[in-house]
Amino acid sequence: MDWNANCPVPLGRHERVLMAHGGGGRLMQQLIAAVFRPAFDNPLLETRHDGAALRLPQGGRLAFTTDSYVVRPLFFPGGDIGSLAVNGTVNDLAMCGARPLWLSCGFILEEGFEIAALQRVVESMRRAADAAGVVLVTGDTKVVERGKGDGLYVNTAGIGALEHERVIGPGSVRPGDRILVSGDLGRHGIAILAARESLGFETEIQSDCAPLAAPVLALLEAGVDVRCLRDLTRGGLGAALNEIARDSGHDVRVEEAAVPVREDVAGACEILGLDPLYVANEGRLVAFVAPEHGGRALEVLRRHEATAGAVEIGVVQESREGQVTLATRFGSLRLLDLPSGEQLPRIC
Amino acid sequence: MCLAVPGKVLSVLGDDPIARSGRVDFSGIVKEVNLAFVPEAKVGDYVLVHVGLAIATIDEEEAQHTLDALRQIEALDQELQ
Amino acid sequence: MKFIDEYRDAQAAGRLAQALARVATREWTLMEVCGGQTHSIVRFGLDELLPEGVTLVHGPGCPVCVTPVEFIDKALAIAARPEVVFCSFGDMLRVPGSAKDLFTVKAEGGDVRVLYSPLDVLALARRHPDKQVVFFGVGFETTAPATAMAVHQARREGLKNLSLLISHVLVPPALRAMLSSPLNKVQGFLAAGHVCTVMGFEEYEPIAREYRVPIVVTGFEPVDILQGVLMCVTQLEQGRHEVENQYARSVRRAGNQPAQELMRQVFRVVHRAWRGIGTIPESGLGLCEAYAEFDAERRFDVQGVTAQESPECRSGEVLTGVLKPFDCPAFGVTCSPDRPLGAPMVSSEGACAAYYRYRRRPAAAEA
Repeated sequence: MDWNANCPVPLGRHERVLMAHGGGGRLMQQLIAAVFRPAFDNPLLETRHDGAALRLPQGGRLAFTTDSYVVRPLFFPGGDIGSLAVNGTVNDLAMCGARPLWLSCGFILEEGFEIAALQRVVESMRRAADAAGVVLVTGDTKVVERGKGDGLYVNTAGIGALEHERVIGPGSVRPGDRILVSGDLGRHGIAILAARESLGFETEIQSDCAPLAAPVLALLEAGVDVRCLRDLTRGGLGAALNEIARDSGHDVRVEEAAVPVREDVAGACEILGLDPLYVANEGRLVAFVAPEHGGRALEVLRRHEATAGAVEIGVVQESREGQVTLATRFGSLRLLDLPSGEQLPRIC
Repeated sequence: MCLAVPGKVLSVLGDDPIARSGRVDFSGIVKEVNLAFVPEAKVGDYVLVHVGLAIATIDEEEAQHTLDALRQIEALDQELQ
Repeated sequence: MKFIDEYRDAQAAGRLAQALARVATREWTLMEVCGGQTHSIVRFGLDELLPEGVTLVHGPGCPVCVTPVEFIDKALAIAARPEVVFCSFGDMLRVPGSAKDLFTVKAEGGDVRVLYSPLDVLALARRHPDKQVVFFGVGFETTAPATAMAVHQARREGLKNLSLLISHVLVPPALRAMLSSPLNKVQGFLAAGHVCTVMGFEEYEPIAREYRVPIVVTGFEPVDILQGVLMCVTQLEQGRHEVENQYARSVRRAGNQPAQELMRQVFRVVHRAWRGIGTIPESGLGLCEAYAEFDAERRFDVQGVTAQESPECRSGEVLTGVLKPFDCPAFGVTCSPDRPLGAPMVSSEGACAAYYRYRRRPAAAEA
């Protein structure tokens, strides 16, 4: 067991980066805890949420976030690296309860990449930005030699306005809070897999990639007491619930029978041996709301197309363990753990 | 490792018995599957697929028997209650 | 999902559990042989539905778990070679050898690929004529026909750059080995439904007779497993020891003849070392002489690799149902899915991994 002198979390035997370190699961958490946090530690980073909520010296609050996109293939049913890059960052801002306003975008292009493909990506970004009501205000382009870049990597950073004083994050979660999910799980991950030739299967499933700012702002406007929001990406619902449970210090109980999964996604998971609870999404969120607002929150979410399938799936519990348990349809209980490494490589 | 999943045969290709394959539907996901070990399987049948090969045709009658046996248990339960 | 959903029906499961509670008048210890069944039991919490006296212990039916360390080390040696494209099922990538695993070899620059089907190596070999494509053929009798088909087609196509590292294992010899052990507590078995789909269940009849144990061929869904347990306990209560078939929708007594025929053509029975257990005579499959050109062990001359097991790992006892994962001192302490000491903590069908993932400690099962 290797111990990093600065951090009590063992990195295990890994001296090199593994694909699993990018999986959104336990290994990635270890990497962050053992390498990044000791170097960069500060109270804002400690909040461990998708974006940082910042106060300007002269008053007023902003939310700030960044994300990089390395998805393969670049174009897939229901989206592409461009629409992902815009919606992913828009959604991270929305998860802070912010109104997304401005994005930056950095491109790392590999020598030999087709300009026509780049054009398609950029046009897709423009459409996504328009739909989400954000503007791209600054950017950067770099080119690396053939063989050093795998086509195209994109980074976006975003700024949004926090028009309220609420603290929306794991720290606000309380026992009794209702847990809602905005729609059925796993479409993005399966759509990406289907687009990869090596697995050779056909399906009609499209990625659920979509902007979520409008339904979130509607929740806030309706006076719903939103404690925490998280968009579900790598590691799926399982990863998101575990992170929030751990960071809030409370337990989470989920009803298996309440979790929505479409039959064809379930079928794909069966043949590939995947668990839909851990498969990636791109246009789905999980919301923790005050107990008395559960009904109102569902009403509001169901009025918006992207969150029309919202349902309640669980509740926050008293214990201070930070674990997630699943009540199976058979009446037994089991842990819903953080996935160890990657289920599906490079899905976002 | 012993993960095998039932799917419905949509079409069959090829005359060569060893390379005989079919498009099989798993609740909306369609995959090409090698059918060499189930020469009796035809379009509309359900087959059990393991790592890309069908290892059995599902016997719908037997499946029904299993479910019937369950219903008998239910009936017995109700009698005893 | 047809032929799946009906067997996950909660009401039916509840009824079966109630029927079990009525039938069982004594304590019984059963073993489910297949790792896929173990996974289903722990994932759906089925053991919580059983009456007090009926205990399920987990068997060695996880082919990833029982692949000997020497084989993993051989695989690692081959995969590290620059001319090799090494292909494997996803499960094998994190199984620890003496010093590292395939994931690490990949990180260090080895060309290691995950495949869904052994048949996928054929296209790969055709696409990379300048490379040596190697497939890691692991699994029980369920998977052996697929490997056999890959080799058979490779021979027909005359592929020169494809070879296989074969470590297939057979269930019946393992059952006999366990039943012959003085430590054995198992009184009845749930035989592996998909192994029997291929092999049938005739070969289990002498075992049931000689050792006087009921053997019920069982499927993998919750209703299948509970029904299998009910059938097995009913036999025990009635003093019978026969082979019965719960999984009749997929399993016939003679099994799949075309698959067995191809296996006979391509493989021969060999002695096989089972990780954590030891060598069981005539318990494995290797390529026969006629197909020796496809044997990666010969092609790459890695025969002299010796291996070290972690002295802390007690997988052998877990695999034979003698030790529950929770009772291993290393469980969750020095051994976890991220830093596994042995294979049962890595494989999705390994008992240790299932317990770690779904239970962590017995307290998690309390409401």
